Amino acid sequence: MDVTIVDYKSGNISSVINSFKEVAEDKVNIEVTSDLNKIKSSDKVVLPGQGSFKSCIDGLNSINGLIDTLSEFALNNKKPLLGICVGLQMFADVGYEEVETKGLGWISGKVSKIDNQNGKYKLPHIGWNQINIVKNSKIFKDIENKAHMYFVHSYEFIPNDNSVTAATTDYASNIVCAVEKENIFGTQFHPEKSDKTGLKIIDNFINL
Amino acid sequence: MLKNRIIPCLDVKNGRVVKGINFVDLKDAGDPVEQAKIYSDGGADEICFLDITASNENRDTIYEVVEKTSKKCFVPLTVGGGVRSIDDINKLLNCGADKVSINTAAVQNSKVVEDSSRKFGSQCIVVAIDAKRKDDGWEIFTHGGRNPTGINALEFASKMEKCGAGELLVTSMDKDGTQSGYDIELMQKISSIVNIPVIASGGVGTLDHLVDGIKSGASAVLAASIFHYGTYSVNEAKQYLASKDIPVRI
Repeated sequence: MDVTIVDYKSGNISSVINSFKEVAEDKVNIEVTSDLNKIKSSDKVVLPGQGSFKSCIDGLNSINGLIDTLSEFALNNKKPLLGICVGLQMFADVGYEEVETKGLGWISGKVSKIDNQNGKYKLPHIGWNQINIVKNSKIFKDIENKAHMYFVHSYEFIPNDNSVTAATTDYASNIVCAVEKENIFGTQFHPEKSDKTGLKIIDNFINL
Repeated sequence: MLKNRIIPCLDVKNGRVVKGINFVDLKDAGDPVEQAKIYSDGGADEICFLDITASNENRDTIYEVVEKTSKKCFVPLTVGGGVRSIDDINKLLNCGADKVSINTAAVQNSKVVEDSSRKFGSQCIVVAIDAKRKDDGWEIFTHGGRNPTGINALEFASKMEKCGAGELLVTSMDKDGTQSGYDIELMQKISSIVNIPVIASGGVGTLDHLVDGIKSGASAVLAASIFHYGTYSVNEAKQYLASKDIPVRI
């Protein structure tokens, strides 16, 4: 099996690579590339994302044909795709970080700044927070409700249809932190930095 | 609920772990990769490496340490010490660091903080502030605490927030190595004027000091000696904080 981590210069993806390689061992081939043919032929795709919504969308757009290839992979061929952090956020129709930016539009919704209640909550939301599992997502197999995951973000994904929400977390308000829509998965937290429970989520995704 | 973080810090020199008392009198005690793994297995919420002599010596050893550690530890790894430029930051991130802490370079040229947070995202830019008490407040020092700057620590903290720092790592020069507790007043003041997380550092000798650090408003507490010399394990520290009703990840 081939799992491709999309390398579109979205910032630091070495931790994502290390964690997938750790879980994959020799059973699964982990590719790190922006090569469209390799993405097309792979079994699963991981879309990481760091920095701002806009910088990540710009990064995807800077590689000719990448967005079309990813859309075909996820929407037409319905193969499993996991977005991490801004990777998840980009599923939305629109993001409001820096400037209003059009997203991929795969899961209807928007990405807005977390309402920190006039400074009552510090931003970014950094650290270990518990997830409330609201849907029996395949990537949460053997993950306990209220498990701790590592978060770093100031913006949140607000889906239009709550049925895509797989987990939420509490920070200033109830924040969507994992989504599942058919073959499309996403986590706002960083499974690659969430120790053994995070690695288990990666393992679940690889074994889908 | 968001948990308060406990961050063991490893001072690294020439690829080996050391921990100095007031930044001098270094004692060698271990392999950083192994130490980091012990910490992460023991429940550390993050790991911090500080390359203490990086300003004057060959830095390449730290890259190797970071690379090896990031393949074994799956909790966030912050690396600081001698980070001068966007290029240095890029190199550390590529080796597997999740965050980079910037001290001297941030003071000398705040544009490094602006540019790097824009390029890599605020989430990976930590500004390290080394502060020393003066009659009228706190002054920041650079170059591992050697050079006074005349700059007020509180003003500098606000400025760094505006420049895009994701977190502030605040070390009291007066307290560092003394094991007499954090400079609580400093932590309170900085935590209350900025809206980004503050990591308290410098002076931990007992578990109550960690409790005091969190109560001062810091989001995370950093300590080196008490963990490094085995006075307490990270897990013991967390159990103690939990017993004082401080939310931690156990």
